[in-house]
Amino acid sequence: MSEEEWLRQDRLPHIFCAGCGNGTVINCTLSAVEQMGWKQKETVFVSGIGCSSRAPGYISTDSLHTTHGRALAFATGIKLANPQLNIVVFTGDGDLAAIGGNHFIHACRRNIDLTVVCLNNMIYGMTGGQGSPTTPLGGLSTTTPYGSAEAAFDLCGLASAAGANYVARWTSYHVRELTRAILTGLENPGFSFIESLVQCPTNYGRRNRFKQVADQIEYFKSHTILVEKATRLREKGEEIPSDMILAGEFVRRNRPALGVRP
Amino acid sequence: MTRTEFMQGNIACAEGALAAGCCFFGGYPITPSTEVAEHMALRLPKNKGVFIQMEDEIASIAAVIGASWTGAKAMTATSGPGFSLMMENIGYAIMTETPCVIVNVQRGGPSTGQPTMSAQGDMLQCRFGSHGDYSVIALCPASVQEMFDLTVEAFNLAERFRVPVFLMADEIIGHMRERLIIPDQVSIEQRKPLEPGTPPFKPGENLVPGFPAFGKGYGVHVTGLTHDERGYPCATSPKLHEDLVTRLVAKVERARESITSCDIINPEAETVFVSYGAPSRTVQQVLHDHPGENIGHLRLKMVWPFAETLLSRFRDAERFIVPEQNLGQIAREIERHVEKEVVKIPKLGGDLHTPGELYAVVEDIQ
Repeated sequence: MSEEEWLRQDRLPHIFCAGCGNGTVINCTLSAVEQMGWKQKETVFVSGIGCSSRAPGYISTDSLHTTHGRALAFATGIKLANPQLNIVVFTGDGDLAAIGGNHFIHACRRNIDLTVVCLNNMIYGMTGGQGSPTTPLGGLSTTTPYGSAEAAFDLCGLASAAGANYVARWTSYHVRELTRAILTGLENPGFSFIESLVQCPTNYGRRNRFKQVADQIEYFKSHTILVEKATRLREKGEEIPSDMILAGEFVRRNRPALGVRP
Repeated sequence: MTRTEFMQGNIACAEGALAAGCCFFGGYPITPSTEVAEHMALRLPKNKGVFIQMEDEIASIAAVIGASWTGAKAMTATSGPGFSLMMENIGYAIMTETPCVIVNVQRGGPSTGQPTMSAQGDMLQCRFGSHGDYSVIALCPASVQEMFDLTVEAFNLAERFRVPVFLMADEIIGHMRERLIIPDQVSIEQRKPLEPGTPPFKPGENLVPGFPAFGKGYGVHVTGLTHDERGYPCATSPKLHEDLVTRLVAKVERARESITSCDIINPEAETVFVSYGAPSRTVQQVLHDHPGENIGHLRLKMVWPFAETLLSRFRDAERFIVPEQNLGQIAREIERHVEKEVVKIPKLGGDLHTPGELYAVVEDIQ
């Protein structure tokens, strides 16, 4: 099967804006699913509400587009009721870290056998560009017109601390690395969390000095530092600039997991 | 083998769920419903089922809906504050036509209110609590036996109509202990699967679509957005939205005469009590104590959808007396349907009406 066969051709064109990074991450995910050799019949995509959560609607498997923030709770019910199903959750920074924050940490704690792909655009895109829990300090949005006064959430740090078996971060620039990370997440039993920063030219980029789509992708490329390298530098007493994106694998372990296929 | 037990109402509810084929329970502890969860935690793992204690009631109903989409019969149990938290996802279950059973062992509200005391204050929340127009099925047990029987019935109705069905119990019935006869077998309805090749949300007979369970190869997209018969979001078409919501309401409301369930005593009476849940027990005592007075009693086992024709079975009724553990929530519904006098006997605080209190109202009128 090709990746295109995983898409509902009769639902195209999609609603994502020109230059949006979501399509890239959806492609990476479908590529990883395809490499796993999963059958459509045994695969379910689940999501909450927001731009990223529209993804399952374009995928031809069974899919559940749920309420805002609750995708992981719905997915938990599906997985426990039928552990034979492979489940991938698409979510965003607002969906996962704001309204769904409690479900996120508890799904990590339970280490339930789901793969969660978080498309982090650092903004509420669907509602027109409001600040989210991952909007950087000083970041501009319609609800932080003078710059966000709050620190951003480190979603990978949160997932690691809460008990997820696999945690990784990449960006929409790092197509190969991201696909490999998602593939590792799909392979690993337990809760796998893959965060991908995605450009949002419509609502984030144009307010935050990324005038062109390529500007933000270029930023992802030039401002990414591998976790291992960052650790080495820190050990040498060097400081990592706060605008650098830590990428790579944060956690890979084998804690007892819930809902793993018998 | 049919067996007789002495059992608490909440535990009878859990046993009824198991008898109906429930194999998934997602819940969160809350007084006075917790025994339902505790008993499911004890029994489900040994019956090839799944019990999960979720992080809150929002997650509980979400997990139940998720489980239901795999084809499982799924349930949660809660009380007022948890019920309030569930409201958004209840609307999701209605919009996505997800069968499930929600037990609310009612306690005194608003807010934290009286966790250990009985009430019936959530009857209108159950009917109208989520946003948008919809219709629900709600059953009200008045005995431990009915905690069992009506839980079975709730599952059957959920499967038949693809709706969340509410068992609107109260603390008194949930915590009382009585004799319970558990039959050898109960009548069980199974969800009708979607005919292959049929659009997944195309209504079948009784306006209910066949069910395309996950993992069977249907490739169904399920969304809380307004959707067409394929299940695809189509949220800006006025006609599509109107047709969809109208059907979701009609599939329940059209059936209200055929599915309704009640007890009718003395249909020729001029003075008629209407009750549901715990206050029914006091009304039964009044009728027992005053056999010569020809007092009527309409005891509703199903409150929603409200089958108003039941009221007209009392052809000579001059007045309907409605004792409730709230300030008159169902009395107001009755007022909408009859020209006769409707006498409310509201009672808050958790105590049942005494037979004396109810009879005093009858004497006062006569």
